[in-house]
Amino acid sequence: MGSISLAAVLRAALPAVVFTLLLGSIFWYQPRTASYFGVNLLLSLAVPVLLASMAQMLLMAIGDLDLSIGAFVSLVTCVSAVILPGRPVLGVLCLLGLVGLYGLVGALVAWRELPSVVVTLGLSFVWLGMAVILLPTPGGTAPAWLAQAMHARPVLMPLSLWAAVAVAAVMQWAVMRSALGTVVRGMGGNPRAVARSGWNLLALRSGVYAAAGAFGVLSGLALVGTTTSGDANLAGRYTLLTIASVILGGGEFVGGRISPVGAVLGALTLALAASLLTFLHVPSDWQIGVQGLILIVILALRAAIEAVSTRPATA
Amino acid sequence: MDTAAEAVGLSGIAKSFGAVQALRGVDLQVAAGECVAVVGHNGAGKSTLMNVLAGTVTPDAGTMRLAGQPAAFGSRDAVLRFVFQEGSLCPNLSIAENARVMHRDVGGLFWRKRCGALMGEAMQAVFPGLALPPGRMVGDLPLSVRQAVEIARAFSHTGTPPRTVVLDEPTSSLDGHLAAALLAYVRRYVAQGGSAVFISHKLNEVLAVADRIVVMRDGAVVADAPAASLTRDSLVAAMGHATGHAARAARATADGPAAVTIGPPVTGGLPLLARRGEVIGLGGLAGHGQTALLHRVLAGDTAIQVEGTTALVCGDRVADGVFPLWSIARNMTVRALPTLRRGPLLDPARETSLAQDWRTRLGLVTPSVANPILSLSGGNQQKALFARALASDARVILMDDPMRGVDVGTKRDVYDLIAREAARGRTFLWYSTEFDELLQCDRVAVFRDGRVTGVLDAAAVSEDAVLRLSFAEAAA
Repeated sequence: MGSISLAAVLRAALPAVVFTLLLGSIFWYQPRTASYFGVNLLLSLAVPVLLASMAQMLLMAIGDLDLSIGAFVSLVTCVSAVILPGRPVLGVLCLLGLVGLYGLVGALVAWRELPSVVVTLGLSFVWLGMAVILLPTPGGTAPAWLAQAMHARPVLMPLSLWAAVAVAAVMQWAVMRSALGTVVRGMGGNPRAVARSGWNLLALRSGVYAAAGAFGVLSGLALVGTTTSGDANLAGRYTLLTIASVILGGGEFVGGRISPVGAVLGALTLALAASLLTFLHVPSDWQIGVQGLILIVILALRAAIEAVSTRPATA
Repeated sequence: MDTAAEAVGLSGIAKSFGAVQALRGVDLQVAAGECVAVVGHNGAGKSTLMNVLAGTVTPDAGTMRLAGQPAAFGSRDAVLRFVFQEGSLCPNLSIAENARVMHRDVGGLFWRKRCGALMGEAMQAVFPGLALPPGRMVGDLPLSVRQAVEIARAFSHTGTPPRTVVLDEPTSSLDGHLAAALLAYVRRYVAQGGSAVFISHKLNEVLAVADRIVVMRDGAVVADAPAASLTRDSLVAAMGHATGHAARAARATADGPAAVTIGPPVTGGLPLLARRGEVIGLGGLAGHGQTALLHRVLAGDTAIQVEGTTALVCGDRVADGVFPLWSIARNMTVRALPTLRRGPLLDPARETSLAQDWRTRLGLVTPSVANPILSLSGGNQQKALFARALASDARVILMDDPMRGVDVGTKRDVYDLIAREAARGRTFLWYSTEFDELLQCDRVAVFRDGRVTGVLDAAAVSEDAVLRLSFAEAAA
C-alpha cells in the first residue's frame, strides 16, 4: 500500500469539491434551483462545452493544444443549421469530412513536426472563414430531431447530467483504462519512448486528432440543438473555456497528464459559474473574468497541495 | 565464429554528420551466450553505433544481420531490446502501463494486471528485493529506481526471453547495490543463451561483466579482445591516442596573485586555485561536474572567491549562445553594453567600433558586422561568442567546451587569442572534452562524478594521465 499519496487524492478530488461547493452555494442562494427544472436550467449550455472539452483534452493528452476548437464548433453549428435540415445526406457527409480534415491536420502536425498551437491558430481562421461563407448572418434552423433530442426530459436527472455521466464514464475508460488510451497518454509523456517501442506516431496523432474532431462535431450538434440556430461566432469562447475545463479538472499543459472525469467536472463548474452570475444579474462581460478567477483559485489550491506534500521530502 | 550462433552482426558501418566522420567502417559481432562490452572516450562513436543498431540513425554504408539473417536498418525486431542512456519510460504512466507500451502483444481486458505481473517477475529476477507496486507512477520514482524499472522492462517477456539486450550506460544512476545485482543478472542471462551489449565508462564493471571488450576510438574499432586478457591499464592505453603533442610554452605565473579560489567543499576533492593570467583546464569525461562548476563560479557562489567579474563562453551555441535574430555586432557587444552608454542610451558609434575592433582582432570572415549572426559559419559564430566575453571588462573567462565542432583553423586562432589575453592578466577556466585543448593549459583539473580527482601540471599532462584520473573510481 501507500502507492497513492494523499496529495494525489486531494488533487484528484479538487474538481469535485469545487463543483459541489459552487452548486451548494447556488442552492443556498436560490433554493428553488434545487430541482429537476432548476438544475436543467443551470446546466442548459453545459453539454456542448463538455463535449468540446473532451476534444481539447484528447489533444492535451498528447502534449498538443487546440486553438481552433471554438471556431470549429461554430462551423459545425452553421453546417448543421444550413445543410443538415434540407439535405441530410450531404450534411452528414460534410460533418464526416470535417472529422477527416481534423485527422489530416494531426498527420500534418506529426509529419512536419509542427507546433500544434501555430497550426490550430491558423486553422481557426480557416474554420471561421468557411462558417461565414456558409452563413454570413446568424440564422438557419436546427433539424427538428436534434432540437427535440436536446430538449428531452429523461428520468431521474436532466439530460446534461446524464450526458456528463456517460461522457465521463466512456472517456475515463477509453483514455485512462484502455491499452490504446495508455499509449496515447504515453505519447504526451515521452513520445520518443513510444516511437522506440515500434508505435507509429503519425497514425496515433492523426487518430487522436480525428477523435477530437468527432467530439467537436458532437459539440456543435449539441449546441445547435440547444440554441436552434447557427452562428459563425456562436462558440468562439469555447477555445479558452475548454482549455480551462481541462486544467480545472487536474490536467496539465505538458506531459500528458489529464483526467477525463475531472475535465467533465471542470466544464460543468464553468457552466454553473456562468449561470450563477446570470442569477446575480452580473453582466455577461464579467463572466469571463470570474471564470478566470475560479481558475486562479483552483491552480493556487493545487500549488498549495503540491507545496505542502513535497515539503518534508525537500527539508 | 559460427554464423548460426551469431545474434547480432554489423559490418562496415560508416556514418558521417557533415564534415565529422562519426563511424569509419565498424564491425561488431555478438554471439548468442556472449556479453560484449563497448568502451571508448567521448565522441569515439559508441552512441552513434548503438543508434544504428536501434534504427534511429541510418548509416551511409554497411550491413546488419540479426540471428544470422540479413536485416534492414530500422526494422524493429522483438528479439532486440534497448536500455537507452537518457531513459525511455513515460513519466506520466504507471510501471505496468509502461510495460504495455513496449509489449504491444499483451491484449485483452486484464492487460494491466498481466503487465504488472510481467514487470513484477522481471524486477524480482534482475533486482531481487526491489519490489514496487505496478500501479506506481514512474515520474514519482527516484532516478535510480526509474533506471532499474527501465532495465527490468528490457528483460521482461511474455514467454520467450529477448535474444539480445543492449545496455547503454545502464548503471549511470544505479547505486552500488543495484549495479551489482544487474551485473550478476547479466551473467545469468548470458549463461542461459542470451546475448548482451554493455556500454559503460566504469571499467571495473566492464571487466567484471563482459566476455569480450571492443575498444572504439575516433569512430573505429581499435581493439577487440577477450576480457580475461585485458586490464584497466591496457584498456585505458587502448582508448587514448598514441601520437605526441607539442605543449605550448610555459608561462611564468607560478607566484601571481590568486584570481579564482575554489575550496574542497565545492570541488569535493582537491582545492582548485587559478592565479591571475593562468589558463586552467577542466578535464575528464563529459558531464562529470565541469559545467556545473563553471555555472557556480558565474553565479557567484559564496564558497568561491573570484577576483573581478566573470564572463562565460557557452558551448551549446544554438541553445544558449547566439541571439539568432541579432546582428553580428549586437551579438558581440551585448556583454559590454554597460560600458557603451552615453547617458541612458547606447552610443551606436562606440558599439560599432568595438565590434569592428574585435572583427579585425579575430579575423572574422564577414563583409559587415551589421549582417545577421546566422550568416556566419559555425566556427565564426563561435569566434563572435569569444569576442562577446573578451570585449567585456571580465577578468575571469569561463569556457564551457566552446570548441565543439569548430574547424582546426579557427581553433588555432582562438588558442593564440587565449594566450595573448592570458599574458595581459586575464584568467581562464577552460572545460574541454578535447585532449589537444588541455595541452594549451597551464594546469589541468580532472573531474570524476562531480569531484576533482587530480590536478596535473602542464608538464605532467598526458592523455594517459587524464584518462587515468577520469576513470578513478569512487573506491580508488
